[in-house]
Amino acid sequence: MSDTNAQSVAFVRNSEIPASPPPLGETGPVKWMRENLFSGWVNSVMTVIAFLLIARFIMGVFPWFWNGVWDASSIKDCRNIMADAGTAGSACFAVLVDRWDHLLFGFKYPATEYWRPTLAFVLLVVCAMPALFAMYLPRKLLIATALYPFVAYWLIWGGSLWVPVVILGLLAVTAAIYLFIEGLSVSLRQAVAGIVGALSGIGLGYLLYLGAQELWFISGNVSAGEGIVSTVAGFVFMIAAIFTYAFFIPMGIFVGYAIYNSYEDGGLVTIVTTLFSLYALMVYGLGPISAAINSVVPIELEAVASRDMGGYMLCMILGTVCVSLSIPLGVVLALGRQSNMPLIKGVCVVFIEFIRGVPLITLLFVANVMLAYFFPPESSIDLILRVIIMITAFSAAYIAEVIRGGLAALPKGQYEAADSLGLNYTQATRLIILPQALKISIPGIVNVAVGLFKDTTLVSVISMFDIVGMIRGPIQQSTDWISIYWEVYLFAAAVFFVVCYSISQYSQWLERQLQTGHR
Amino acid sequence: MKKTVFLGALTLSGLAAVAASAGTLDDVKARGILNCGVTTGVPGFAAPNASGEWEGFDVDVCRAVAAGVLGDPTAVEFVPTTGKTRFTALASGEIDMLARNTTWTFSRDVDLKFEFIGVNYYDGQGFMVPKELGVSSALELDGATVCIQTGTTTELNLADYFRSNNISYEPVPIETGAEAVQQYNAGACDVYTTDASALAAQRANFPDPSAHVVLPEIVSKEPLGPLVRHGDNEWGDIVRWTLNALISAEELGVTSVNAAGLAADGSNNPEINRLLGTESNLGEQLGLDADWAKRAIEAVGNYGESFARNIGESTPIGLARGLNASYLDGGLIYSPPFR
Repeated sequence: MSDTNAQSVAFVRNSEIPASPPPLGETGPVKWMRENLFSGWVNSVMTVIAFLLIARFIMGVFPWFWNGVWDASSIKDCRNIMADAGTAGSACFAVLVDRWDHLLFGFKYPATEYWRPTLAFVLLVVCAMPALFAMYLPRKLLIATALYPFVAYWLIWGGSLWVPVVILGLLAVTAAIYLFIEGLSVSLRQAVAGIVGALSGIGLGYLLYLGAQELWFISGNVSAGEGIVSTVAGFVFMIAAIFTYAFFIPMGIFVGYAIYNSYEDGGLVTIVTTLFSLYALMVYGLGPISAAINSVVPIELEAVASRDMGGYMLCMILGTVCVSLSIPLGVVLALGRQSNMPLIKGVCVVFIEFIRGVPLITLLFVANVMLAYFFPPESSIDLILRVIIMITAFSAAYIAEVIRGGLAALPKGQYEAADSLGLNYTQATRLIILPQALKISIPGIVNVAVGLFKDTTLVSVISMFDIVGMIRGPIQQSTDWISIYWEVYLFAAAVFFVVCYSISQYSQWLERQLQTGHR
Repeated sequence: MKKTVFLGALTLSGLAAVAASAGTLDDVKARGILNCGVTTGVPGFAAPNASGEWEGFDVDVCRAVAAGVLGDPTAVEFVPTTGKTRFTALASGEIDMLARNTTWTFSRDVDLKFEFIGVNYYDGQGFMVPKELGVSSALELDGATVCIQTGTTTELNLADYFRSNNISYEPVPIETGAEAVQQYNAGACDVYTTDASALAAQRANFPDPSAHVVLPEIVSKEPLGPLVRHGDNEWGDIVRWTLNALISAEELGVTSVNAAGLAADGSNNPEINRLLGTESNLGEQLGLDADWAKRAIEAVGNYGESFARNIGESTPIGLARGLNASYLDGGLIYSPPFR
């Protein structure tokens, strides 16, 4: 210690000065604005220009919005009201009031039954909770989720309650058959495999024979046309027909024998038998049983045909069903594509690459127009079902690739560790591989799901009246609301934004919840 | 063209499947309901109203056929079709008839194997311009930007007309009528062209209709009419003579109001009696009962009544009869005699 201090310092503070507030320019909103908006002359100019643009936009849009007319019977009426009020050129939201039901439910859904889809929607929110928030709710509540599709089907389509109940019962019977076959002794199962193998061999052979005849018929028709295209097309169909004719018997024998031969392991024969009995029960059992119960205890809602569905309800139906079906299908396809078995791998690769290589709109046209040629006029598959199949196949192919990305991202050590623990393929996939792969894939899956939900509006081009179809057809082309534009499209954008933004928020929340490994 | 041949061949195979079933009339009677193809919406011609019921000028043809064949004008299942799906829907048997302002052309009649049963509206392509442009003829439109719906015959007509008159233009392709009106009113194009009936309907609903003029040139023939499949002539006859019954009723002064009275009391005009089924057996020859035409007229009114109710001058569509007046008033609407 030197002694300089003692002589040069006259005063030593022995108490701390109370902290004084920071200068005005260095705190609060002023500081924030200086740092973020006016940090240099370039940024200051940009800020001013941006504010001017925003103000101009708001000043233009706000009166249009605020002076909007909510009560009028037609667009002319609307214009008269606005002219009287001196606010000409404002929005005419009266169209939303006038056609509210049509925008939500389509114009053919019976007005007295609107409570049914509304209730189905409320139940959807309630019943989806156990699946979406599985970590916070008891697992038993998942039963409600599993039962929901049957309840919703009954509510929306109506008809007899016993149809969905009997379907549920038949599914339970099928599960029992599955367990029964699986539990059989090997010799008994050999007998079952013989019968099932023979039946499915003959059935497949017969189907291929019919297909060959059909191909031959088409080739004759097509090559009857003029020009190189029809000649080539006819030739292709003819080759396909000859090929099928040549192979229908060998294919039948081969498949039948393959099923029989699997009796020791039991996998194939169990699955084929279960599918067989499910098909037989649904085709021959469902109608008579439900009709019989219904004649004793009639519980019925007014039936609504599929082509009467419309509006936002149709988008919700297609979106919910297709998303929930395409995720499991996508997982199966992704696993199949990674499989070592050439047949399964080949089928999955061809399916994914074909579906991804084709625009959704062509698939929808095929579903709507072309399928009508291959069915008799009265017995075609339900239109909504056709569309659901096409959209599901489409998004499943995309989800499969997203999940394959997740599978590929897992370190090889994870697979090897699972093997070294002695887990078989199913256990390893279920316990080790999929939980990690799916977690990685969440953003991608949600991306596909949101895209798919918005793609449901494409059905308007095949003359189904979803919300966009309602707007473009019956509303814009009605005598009352001819050529109304901004109001209706803004409404459609708003309802889609609500759902898509919720999905996105949920997925971000889910990612945070599952971030166990990288904290 | 190549595609048409291929689709035509597919249509054929579809037809073969249909021909195997019974005649369309028997099918419709067994079903108890008429499947009628309409548009997804054209103002005044076909659109569902606020309570969800289809109404319009084309819809009335469907209802008249249903009233004649099934005795109930509401026994119709309206199948909405787009310009792209309408012909396959008819060819595949999904609908029994198509009443969807479809232009009668050679290739649709012959190559696509359909049967146009008549014309219920004579249309033609016109041009609309803002009045401030000061144009009074389409020939003055050199260098104009033109809003036009893609994939329609109007696109081809426009190219033909401007080329034959040696005028240049710049097309602005548009998907739907509502979009075209937005673009036109926003000034994205100088001219909007489509069928004259649609032009009139859309102009009548502009904020200021008087600021726009429809030019006098009509550059194409667009005879719009209902159609059925080739090969079932009995069914084609029923639809054809139902439309003719509505037209004849106007010529003879039979309306939805006085039809029942004329049928009950008889009239001095034998053709009215034949039309309403009190004389001769015209209904029986069609495979229907004697009252078929009376029911059709009572359901939708005669041609003039249907026109006035849906698209006439008192409606927001506000179309004048013009070419579509009865031949008695100098128009083209004319029915062969009921004899």
